[in-house]
Amino acid sequence: MKEIVVLSGKGGTGKTTVLASFAALAENAVLCDCDVDAPNLHLLLEPQAEEAHEFYGLQVAHIDSEACNECGLCVDACRFEAIHDFQVDPLACEGCGLCARVCPLDAISMRDVLAGHWYVSRTRYGPLVHARLRAAQENSGKLVMAVRKRAREIAQETSARYILSDGPPGIGCPVISSLSGAQMALIVSEPSLSGIHDLERVLGLCRHFGVGPLVCINKHDLSAENSRRIEDHCGEVGVGVVARIPFDPDVNSAIVAGRPVVETSDGAASREIRALWGAIATCPVP
Amino acid sequence: MILSVASGKGGTGKTLVATSLALSLEELGPVQLLDCDVEEPNAHILLRPEIDSSEPVTVPVPVVDKEKCTYCGLCSEACAYNAIAVAGRTVLVFRELCHGCGACSYVCPEEAISGARREVGVIESGHVGEVQFAHGRLNVGEAMAGPVIRAVKKLADPKATVILDAPPGTSCPVVETIRGSDFCLLVTEPTPFGLSDLTIAVEVAREVNVPCGVVINRDGLGDEGVERYCAQEGIPVLMRIPFDRRIAEAYCRGETLAAHVPPWQRAFRELFEAATRLAVAEGVR
Repeated sequence: MKEIVVLSGKGGTGKTTVLASFAALAENAVLCDCDVDAPNLHLLLEPQAEEAHEFYGLQVAHIDSEACNECGLCVDACRFEAIHDFQVDPLACEGCGLCARVCPLDAISMRDVLAGHWYVSRTRYGPLVHARLRAAQENSGKLVMAVRKRAREIAQETSARYILSDGPPGIGCPVISSLSGAQMALIVSEPSLSGIHDLERVLGLCRHFGVGPLVCINKHDLSAENSRRIEDHCGEVGVGVVARIPFDPDVNSAIVAGRPVVETSDGAASREIRALWGAIATCPVP
Repeated sequence: MILSVASGKGGTGKTLVATSLALSLEELGPVQLLDCDVEEPNAHILLRPEIDSSEPVTVPVPVVDKEKCTYCGLCSEACAYNAIAVAGRTVLVFRELCHGCGACSYVCPEEAISGARREVGVIESGHVGEVQFAHGRLNVGEAMAGPVIRAVKKLADPKATVILDAPPGTSCPVVETIRGSDFCLLVTEPTPFGLSDLTIAVEVAREVNVPCGVVINRDGLGDEGVERYCAQEGIPVLMRIPFDRRIAEAYCRGETLAAHVPPWQRAFRELFEAATRLAVAEGVR
């Protein structure tokens, strides 16, 4: 079983387009959306939810104003500046519980917060594990872990060949949770100066966590010069560039149609993504 | 006036809008652009500022004095983040998980835990023309963007129009960025992906009580869903940037919309004025 996670550093480079097409092309795969903040994979796979689970993140402190004598010890102790006028700002509270410990009157309790849900759904391409963090919640990394754990269990139960994970943008907590322990990372890059900058950082992250990356360049024809820079950089750091997907309006039509592009089009982008999957599926772990 | 530029979905054009705005407002008084996308900061690529100072961002991290430690395990029980563990006669600190709250040192009966500081990122600041600039860069391998974002926002100049370039997503780094703003521009694209993420971003803006308006980028590319949603929810669409391959190619080269194109400069000034009017109407400052 091979767990492949699609990342990008920069957002909006085409992760979900590529991953949804892999879902359509792969035999015997478990699908996983690790972008729990702003999930999109479900929009292309028509999932039918079979399991729904609640997700509780970090607790949030609550001050009982009846019991509080406004001594201020909690305000001094809180390193997140989350207590103002003896009320806790739930958006600033990081749930450490120190205020509850220092309160001499036991006026502070720690409360669970429903931070989101995660689901196992049936799709015509195989099972999908996905989630939705509630708006403005913390701890998306922990929710990503829950999603990946369930995906691995299902993959074991069904002797799946692949776990295909759509990752979040960035390089922080939810990306680290999506990447660590995977067998392969496919980085979907774009030939913009920003894309190159972000690619270098996400490749650094892959090195940091010891996951072998491969790179594909999406919309490579928007800038031949920057595409060459990506190839040069990857050459220098010994990372393979495995596909060059052209700009193709069919990609967007597929998103509007709510389907993977390899199913709706036989255009240039679709053909290159098919070839890319062929290369990924047979490629030894880099 | 603090104006944040956010999106939900990545790659919709936040940085293009934020930098174009900053360059269009120069004549109206002091302007400052703070790039709060500390995981993947990109505004400097479009603005090419002269950086004249650089400051590390540090967070507290526990240091255990082995002479005093009795391996009682209270620190491990107290830690909400599983960042400190006692295994036999070893105390392990998982630095990347530590939020620096100080609970471990508070509960330690032997006073064996003291605080050190470690670097998680860097703040760089400078200027481009009259525009003040600063951004944060989270060190690769670090999980928590929050402290770096807070450090960038501390540089906000109360005398300037401050534009905050937010990270993508809808969770804590976005909240950290946009809370306290007078207005939030949500940049989206007219596709089902853009719409889905916009609806969550609107919830975030409402959660933090910041009034918002929408900028539709790549207008004409997809479907009518975003326009319909904005009309239903009463969210003003303040600008439409057409879908144009030449804009995409210019962006690839690291060009803003406003730098050399007077009609765009005017459009961004009007966008700013519209945002200001709405912020004032909401009773913010």
